[in-house]
Amino acid sequence: MSTRRKSGWGRRLVIAVPYLWLLVFFLAPFAIVVRISLSEVAIAMPPYLPVFDLSQGFEAFWQDLSALSFDNYAWLAGDPLYINSYLSSLWIAGVSTLLALLIGFPLAYGMARAPHSWRPILMMAVILPFWTSFLIRVYAWIGILKPEGLLTLFAQTIGILSPDDQLRILNTNTAVYIGIVYSYLPFMVLPLYAALERMDASLLEAAQDLGCPPLKAFWSITVPLAVPGIIAGCFLVFIPAVGEFVIPDLLGGSDTLMIGRTLWNEFFNNRDWPVSSAVAVLLLLVLIVPIVAFQHFQQRQQEAMR
Amino acid sequence: MAKTMGPVRRAFAPWDDPLAEPLIRFERISKRFGDFTAIDDVSLDIYEREFFALLGPSGCGKTTLMRMLAGFETPSEGRILLDGEDISAIPPHRRPVNMMFQSYALFPHMNVADNIAFGLKQDNLPKTDIAACVEEMLSLVKLEPFAKRKPDQLSGGQRQRVALARSLAKRPKVLLLDEPLGALDKKLREETQFELMDIQEKLGMTFLIVTHDQEEAMTVADRIAVMNEGTFEQIAPPSVIYEEPSSRYVAGFIGDINLLEGTLATSLDKAPTFASPDLPAPVTVEAEGLASGPVALAVRPEKLRIALDEPADDPAMAKVSGRVWDIAYMGDVSIFHVRLSDEVCEGQPKDDSVPIIRATIANTTRLVERPIAWDDKVWLSWDKSAGVVLTR
Repeated sequence: MSTRRKSGWGRRLVIAVPYLWLLVFFLAPFAIVVRISLSEVAIAMPPYLPVFDLSQGFEAFWQDLSALSFDNYAWLAGDPLYINSYLSSLWIAGVSTLLALLIGFPLAYGMARAPHSWRPILMMAVILPFWTSFLIRVYAWIGILKPEGLLTLFAQTIGILSPDDQLRILNTNTAVYIGIVYSYLPFMVLPLYAALERMDASLLEAAQDLGCPPLKAFWSITVPLAVPGIIAGCFLVFIPAVGEFVIPDLLGGSDTLMIGRTLWNEFFNNRDWPVSSAVAVLLLLVLIVPIVAFQHFQQRQQEAMR
Repeated sequence: MAKTMGPVRRAFAPWDDPLAEPLIRFERISKRFGDFTAIDDVSLDIYEREFFALLGPSGCGKTTLMRMLAGFETPSEGRILLDGEDISAIPPHRRPVNMMFQSYALFPHMNVADNIAFGLKQDNLPKTDIAACVEEMLSLVKLEPFAKRKPDQLSGGQRQRVALARSLAKRPKVLLLDEPLGALDKKLREETQFELMDIQEKLGMTFLIVTHDQEEAMTVADRIAVMNEGTFEQIAPPSVIYEEPSSRYVAGFIGDINLLEGTLATSLDKAPTFASPDLPAPVTVEAEGLASGPVALAVRPEKLRIALDEPADDPAMAKVSGRVWDIAYMGDVSIFHVRLSDEVCEGQPKDDSVPIIRATIANTTRLVERPIAWDDKVWLSWDKSAGVVLTR
């Protein structure tokens, strides 16, 4: 009996550690953000009201608590800037995800069909960009995309652009798409590769043997079997892309509307912590749908594997 | 082998008929992968309704030959005719042959019925026809209750049957079976072999099976081609392969055999004899049409008789004496290992200096105590027609 109880405690401890981690580093900060989002902006330190102070007695604390309100959320709903930011973020993330899928699928397919000895090298090539800071890589795109940048130079050299013209890509949404697709492509390629590599090559032979032309076999065998990889890859690109800040800020134009950027502006330029907190909370709520869907999907996959 | 003796089967030997047109003709086929020659200038005719086996060890080229017929490999030289038509330029999906894959290659995202229907759907047949055909195939392989299951919800044996049904559904001119029973356990494998034969007969199709299992080939096939290093060693019905192997390789690959190296002596007035350093005295053999020279004598263990007393001299019999080295009691038979030397076996090293001959004796009575024991001096004898003289 005693040993069973002991092992029970050990088990609980092992489970408790990650929960504790989540509590301290995720739930607690999130609670603070929620609390700030319910406050009122103030020119003070910290820049919001009320500030809870138990030393003033319970009565004052209660009054402070009743001062919290959902006004900031009402404000977000009333100002089209925020709604447009959310919608535009979802749109940009969605288009980028689709582009990443269209580019990533052939890439992953090629990797999965490459000779065995090549695969580690190709895998390395996909992962290699991570060795450089994300920020530096996005900055590098400025050098490529700017009007007098490398891309313009290249286009002029091969003659598709006259020497007097310059490419106007930087500071447009196109540059944002390029940046997001470039940055998140590995997250698309890796799960796709995992799904395609697992596929038995004799399945395609069997399909052809049964009278299915190669292209049709690709659609009726390869693609359905890659669906787990497609879904995983799309979620892994879409979820972080919605909240992306660095790429739209560095590569986007003044009219590039993304929620991460709006949040940054509220927080640092307007010093409006409560509204930016409300934006963050709403962003999380917007993303919770795909995140939960993704979790659900992963769980089903794992059960199916068993 | 049982089926070659059946009343229907006895007449079936189109390969002996010079007028018969083959369904499949491999014409001087070679296949090279870089420097490696997988198949070396082979020709082969397979006839309609034949159950043909390609038998050989792994890497002998048998699977490559089959994949050429399916269209997944192209011959480096030579051509393949199907019904008299050169199919070299036809892509796999337009060839009227279907293959059952060694891994079964069932589509994991489709249920059993959809797997079976896959080939039929490619032909744009009416839905009702497809459904009827799927029903028929399901009942042929006795899987009706499993139509809606996915492949990963089936046992190995059931998957094998789905793969078979799927490859049969389009009624191909030729069904190719690539090690179809390799993943099944022994008992199921034997059952399935007989089922395969039944199905082949029922549908009247031509089956080409690739296997490394000689028992499987012997059981199912009308004819067997024994392959070795990209060439055919012998192409013949199972009984001929077993009783009249054409080479040491075939003799050793099929079944158990005693192989003695020596020389053949023939003369006009006396019966041919076989002398070997392994034998104390020359033995008479049947060697019609063979010249004197180095040969091997092959005798199957079950063709030997074993006795404590020396048999009487008989020109039709060969005999040799030795001592019992080991006895293996298998229930139905006992296998005697006889060391061809009069020395007592006790304390002798087990090496190749003195040959050991295996004799399989059927245990026809329920005697618990057998008259022959370890170290007894025994005589082995065999009808001279039982020994096969091999020159290759």
